[in-house]
Amino acid sequence: MKYLDVSALSLGERLKKREIGVREVTQAALSRIAKKDGEYRAYLSVFQEEALAQADAVQKQLDAGEAVSPLAGVPMALKDNICVKDLPTTCGSKMLERFCPPYDATVTNRLREAGAVMLGKLNMDEFAMGSTNETSYFGACKNPWDTGRVPGGSSGGAAAAVAAGEAYYTLGSDTGGSIRQPCSFCGVTGIKPTYGTVSRYGLVAYASSLDQIGPIARDAKDLAAVLDVIVGKDERDATSVTAGENRYLSSLTGEVKGLKVGIPSDYFGEGLEEEVKEKVLAAARKLEEMGATVEEFPMPMVEYAIPAYYIIASAEATSNLSRYDGIKYGFRAEKFDDLIDLYIQSRSQGFGMEVKRRIMLGNFVLSSGYYDAYYKKALQVKALIKGEFDRAFERFDLLLGPAAPTTALKLGESLSDPLKMYLGDIYTVSVNLAGLPGLVAPCGFDAQGLPVGMQLIGKPFGETVLLNAAHAYQLATDYHEKRPQEGGEGR
Amino acid sequence: MRYETVIGLEVHTELSTKTKIFCSCTTQFGGDPNTHCCPVCTGMPGTLPVLNRSVVEYAIRAGLATNCTITRLNKFDRKNYFYPDLPKAYQISQLYLPICQNGRVEIEGEDGGKSIRIKEIHMEEDAGKLVHEPYEDATLADYNRCGVPLLEIVSEPDFRSAQEVVAYLEKLKATLQYIGVSDCKMQEGSLRADVNISVRPAGQEEFGVRTEMKNMNSFKAVARAIEYESRRQVAVLEAGGRVIQETRRWDDEKGESFAMRSKENAQDYRYFPEPDLPPVEIGEDWIARVAGDLPELPDKKQKRYVQQLGLPEYDSRMITADKAMADFFEAAAALCQKPKEVANWIMGDLFRLLKEEGKEASELTLAPEGLANLIGLVDKGVINRNTAKTVFEVMFKTGVDPETYVKEQGLEMVSDQGAVEAVIRRVLEENPQSVADFRGGKEKAFGFLVGQCMKALKGKADPKLINAQLRQALTK
Repeated sequence: MKYLDVSALSLGERLKKREIGVREVTQAALSRIAKKDGEYRAYLSVFQEEALAQADAVQKQLDAGEAVSPLAGVPMALKDNICVKDLPTTCGSKMLERFCPPYDATVTNRLREAGAVMLGKLNMDEFAMGSTNETSYFGACKNPWDTGRVPGGSSGGAAAAVAAGEAYYTLGSDTGGSIRQPCSFCGVTGIKPTYGTVSRYGLVAYASSLDQIGPIARDAKDLAAVLDVIVGKDERDATSVTAGENRYLSSLTGEVKGLKVGIPSDYFGEGLEEEVKEKVLAAARKLEEMGATVEEFPMPMVEYAIPAYYIIASAEATSNLSRYDGIKYGFRAEKFDDLIDLYIQSRSQGFGMEVKRRIMLGNFVLSSGYYDAYYKKALQVKALIKGEFDRAFERFDLLLGPAAPTTALKLGESLSDPLKMYLGDIYTVSVNLAGLPGLVAPCGFDAQGLPVGMQLIGKPFGETVLLNAAHAYQLATDYHEKRPQEGGEGR
Repeated sequence: MRYETVIGLEVHTELSTKTKIFCSCTTQFGGDPNTHCCPVCTGMPGTLPVLNRSVVEYAIRAGLATNCTITRLNKFDRKNYFYPDLPKAYQISQLYLPICQNGRVEIEGEDGGKSIRIKEIHMEEDAGKLVHEPYEDATLADYNRCGVPLLEIVSEPDFRSAQEVVAYLEKLKATLQYIGVSDCKMQEGSLRADVNISVRPAGQEEFGVRTEMKNMNSFKAVARAIEYESRRQVAVLEAGGRVIQETRRWDDEKGESFAMRSKENAQDYRYFPEPDLPPVEIGEDWIARVAGDLPELPDKKQKRYVQQLGLPEYDSRMITADKAMADFFEAAAALCQKPKEVANWIMGDLFRLLKEEGKEASELTLAPEGLANLIGLVDKGVINRNTAKTVFEVMFKTGVDPETYVKEQGLEMVSDQGAVEAVIRRVLEENPQSVADFRGGKEKAFGFLVGQCMKALKGKADPKLINAQLRQALTK
């Protein structure tokens, strides 16, 4: 069916013109999930009945001319750490296998009001800890471009679902690159907005000072439309802010003339795959051709971003995940001797290896006598990184670099070597530490036909600049329109 | 050897804001288990705290009332520990930048006035309550109290006796009640005091090893616990032992404390800055507004009672010790314009009756109008003082209006001159011996005859009138 592979906005337009019905496209998306997702495992749960009921309700609004959002009736899905009232929110963990929150996340609420049709919840690394989706308790999600490879993580399901045409757009979350790196691996477009732009209420916390919800879609224009729905100050999230400009979609011009693009040379050093480097630099040249100015500059602090990130994120995670103690909800061990044993057994059995590793790391860096040496130092590094970005943005409108050192890795390749997996986050974590917006869009394919993504980094609240640059680039290129062949194994 | 006891206090007080510190649930005490809670205060995944600004306002009030410096940039920190009454497994508190610092509270010590330094006051959330269910041998969690705002008021180790500690607690309680930040009911747990205590040989500069005492449910229990613990520590030292730094639980029924956990097993709370709450800036204008709205505090009020209303020092101290009592006093005094009379009623009958019934001034059924009217009735000679005492007891118990009650019960003094004369005549006739005794110089007989007259008039006469008329009749 043709309309399955169009953008969210163009589907929304057809629905508004009532060329097709919401139930029809919802049913088609559900059928595709039923047919193909056994192979990809992008979904952890599918809301068949709820989605069809929502579809009918939105259709009524469309028929009455009441639906205003350009995304009304467009089927989408949410990463499984974003709460949907009375439906499962597992965070990819045994700990929350049967947990259904009695509340909606703020983004869920805003999407409902905009007439979104929610197809289900998407696979992810357990509690968003991982860069491959392999730490999911429910099994790894596969990359639709090559099912022998990972989709990236932690929002692997959210990127894979869009790549596989199992949703028109999805919401993921990004703490250290969890939206951007899987977008790079799966050849889709995604943005991590400025910290505070999108409410975190109802996003199950991993590292509260770094977590941010953001959309993944087929192109930058769709991202702008989704941001128009989900952005805004929320009285239930004290760290949310008024982003100022809220009309992302209407401010896209498709023009990059005079745009000042900085290329941080330290993002192109050792460890970066040659093919990735080539494609990203080619994208820079493309922007230059289109009228932007491109200039290289040094950014040496990037070296310290990974240790600082893993200290801060693990410390916050340790605290955030302590509530899963087997007392109130979630998994509880069947056998235990006393209260302490109830905690130990439930948490030992309920959490996977990567989560336990980060809990231990976080406890270590926060423990008395070590706080100053690790956590406090990490906060200082965070401030230095922020300062380095501030200085760069005195000269540039945006920075361009890779999102990940490689294209999609083979399943099982990095699971045995967590340090290698952590180092893969080198180009993304500093953006979270500085609280900046980061957008990833496809910019080519390697020799194996795997997508390569470029990352655009913006000033605080500079989403529009990023979206517009990506939009202009996508008007001039067609990498974002390429879809994986069905059953891409062995390519 | 003579020893000196050194004590520092950590007082937790629940604030009487309408809603909890990080959500909009009610702070009301009681309620069926788990009916005053929501996803935020039960720490459900994905929920976030949003600071109730009245908590900050209340904390500023408390800080100003205890002469603290108000911290301009406030931050919250997480205190991490596992316990089933703490649903997030961390308490949002303030470690690095508490809202109030470096204050002091003036108390009446054993040797006159003394200043107790306040180290800091910080804002935090309360935990829930665990209830043991004996029939099923299960422990149940009630999260109603989760997220009720608390102030922790930390003093410097400036106390040297249980008496000083109690004086401080009473002063602190009165102050917090005056500024309306807490009802300070120890039985309901809205005021809790943990005591850090150590002993050292008199004259020694260095502090001894301290223990922390918990679970005292009244000021009296605090005093008993301090006396017990200081004796225990002295005994340990005298026997050549060492005091172990530990937390101890006071058992008021047994009159003993028991070790809970030693310092070696102390929790590492792994504090770090709370990432879910942005810093709170407190501007000069906010502080100035709160300062301007502060009511008259106990010290100032007490001085005013002495200087302007002419109350004795002791009376003024007793009445101002409790805000509800001071309010009652001022209202009644304003109505009848007789502050000394009102104070006399409070110091005598009212305090006695409250003590008998085990009640506090805040629970009074007696209205200030009632007392003012009663004083008026005595003043106008409608009833005498003895009748008034009886009426006061009834008013205290039932809140009845004295005028109505006096009328209903027919307690007005017999003001009919003729009736009084008739009674006197009859009493003199019936008691010739006493009349003779009096005339023979026995003044004692006069008192007896007055009593007989009063008895015949059922006590409802002006004793002065009886005196005068009887004397007149006898000397005729």
